[in-house]
Amino acid sequence: MKKISEAISDLHKMDMEAGRSGWLQGVHPLPKLLVTVFFILITVSFGKYDLAGLLMMGVYLIVSFVLGDISVRLLVKRMRAVLALVCLVGIANPFFDRKVLFLIGEFAVTGGMVSAVTLMVKGIFAVSASYLLMVTTSIEDLCYALRKLGIPGIFVTVLMLVYRYIIVLLKEIERMTDAYALRAPGQKGLHYKVWGTMVGQLLLRSMDRAQIVYDSMMLRGYHGGFYLRCKKRAGRGDYLYAAVWLTALLVLS
Amino acid sequence: MHMADALVSPAVAGTMYAASAAAAAYSVKKVQIDDLDRKIPMMGVMGAFVFAAQMINFSIPGTGSSGHLCGGMLLSAVLGPYAGFLTMIAILAIQCLMFADGGLLALGCNIWNMAFYGCFIGGCLIWRGMTGKKMTKKTITAASIVGCMAGLQLGAFSVTVETLLSGITELPFAVFLGMMQPIHLAIGLVEGLITAAVLVFVYEARPEMLCCKAGQTDLAGKTGTAGRMSRKGTVAVLAVLALLIGTVASLFASGNPDGLEWSMEKVAGTAELAAEGGIYRSAEKIQEITAFLPDYAFKSSESAAGTSVSGIAGGVIVLAVCLGVCVVIKKVRRSGTVSAQTAERGNAKKGTR
Repeated sequence: MKKISEAISDLHKMDMEAGRSGWLQGVHPLPKLLVTVFFILITVSFGKYDLAGLLMMGVYLIVSFVLGDISVRLLVKRMRAVLALVCLVGIANPFFDRKVLFLIGEFAVTGGMVSAVTLMVKGIFAVSASYLLMVTTSIEDLCYALRKLGIPGIFVTVLMLVYRYIIVLLKEIERMTDAYALRAPGQKGLHYKVWGTMVGQLLLRSMDRAQIVYDSMMLRGYHGGFYLRCKKRAGRGDYLYAAVWLTALLVLS
Repeated sequence: MHMADALVSPAVAGTMYAASAAAAAYSVKKVQIDDLDRKIPMMGVMGAFVFAAQMINFSIPGTGSSGHLCGGMLLSAVLGPYAGFLTMIAILAIQCLMFADGGLLALGCNIWNMAFYGCFIGGCLIWRGMTGKKMTKKTITAASIVGCMAGLQLGAFSVTVETLLSGITELPFAVFLGMMQPIHLAIGLVEGLITAAVLVFVYEARPEMLCCKAGQTDLAGKTGTAGRMSRKGTVAVLAVLALLIGTVASLFASGNPDGLEWSMEKVAGTAELAAEGGIYRSAEKIQEITAFLPDYAFKSSESAAGTSVSGIAGGVIVLAVCLGVCVVIKKVRRSGTVSAQTAERGNAKKGTR
């Protein structure tokens, strides 16, 4: 199944991007997380006709993408799913909101058209900001930032474990579905007669794996929590990064 | 059903974050009572399993399309609703961060729409209620289908309400709801069937893994008890919920025309078309006598109480009609069985003669 191999490849690429050494990658995860959340919050707060003000927020993304030397290829791929949903919701706006806002020559631009475009720009900006965070921050660093923000340890530990085992189980599923596809050529998806047996087998194997993981963790001295450590302590530069961007975003809004 | 950041306003996002955080805090508290050290690796691996299994396309016979596994219901059946809910949050967070499936700001909404309903309504109320006393293949299948359908319907309803409250779409409430609910009913049915197939397999192969067959201890060290709520209790909870929705939600009912009325106003210039003729006048008279709450209010009164009462009355009437239909069907089936048995006995007697 193409979807599974694509997901594995995307996860590897994200990991590799986050592991690169660069200026933005070197910033402490906590300021990066706070700036990202603040950016998204301000972006979605813009009024439905305030397209001009919203476009100004793009400054943060452009500067960050240039400073971080970040590839946009993976981002464009991620945009497809988001834009499809946003377009579905916004597509009705031009039909219902026909108030003329301004004229371009003889072409009347209605409120619905502007609000639909605003919605799409908001979608693009929000996805770009979270992408920016993920390609410059490893999952361990992000979990450390979440702990610093007071998120319960159990949740952070589960998040890390789910992330670590996703690739293992995706590979297992890929092997199973490849073997199935070779025995059932030309068939789209799993036949309903094997829904239970195939996925059920994987479920049982996953549970056995969880038991082995638990046993091995206990042997290594696990007592209910991971000790998260960030490679870098937050310094003056990190505080400055957060202060500059928070002020700039407030001014731009 | 993953909502993007662009579809929610900060106020709605904040409210939903607060609601989801409260549910998560309660779940953390409940999970810590159980054998937590043992449960955490199980939650991690099971979360990864659900994530990976959702990538599989399950072909739906006769349609050419495909469905996916329902994560919340499956996790609740295996880990219990509280651990299942926390695991679902981790899955949704990774989907949002790694695959842009849902936004960071809308994460609170997505947790509520998908994890809360799936785990607490589907897993806690329906799964435990239907399989707690007696776990069989039939009850597992029924609970999976009902749980998935209920969870998805509630989730789709929440998506509609959250989007409209955020002022994102110009679509009228009725039109948007009409787009969302039927499609999710079909999806819920398919997801329920897939989840049922997997859970029935697990039940046949390793029944001790399901949470929680009465009197048994599952892998996470939790002893199963019979459903916490009796059938009467479940009905009572649902009745109270219906009453609450009838009284509170109806107060917020829009005074604007619904989808059909809106279309009529656009086409004919009026929402109510006049009809001439004797038969229409007679029908109108009958309606005047029978309609004790015309236009969802007391006769010759505009008070909000009338709207609330009409909400409750509507719910009670629907409930009574449903009950009546069920009783009639039961009686018809019973009389059919009795006549079949009598005929069988008659045939047997003839045979012995």
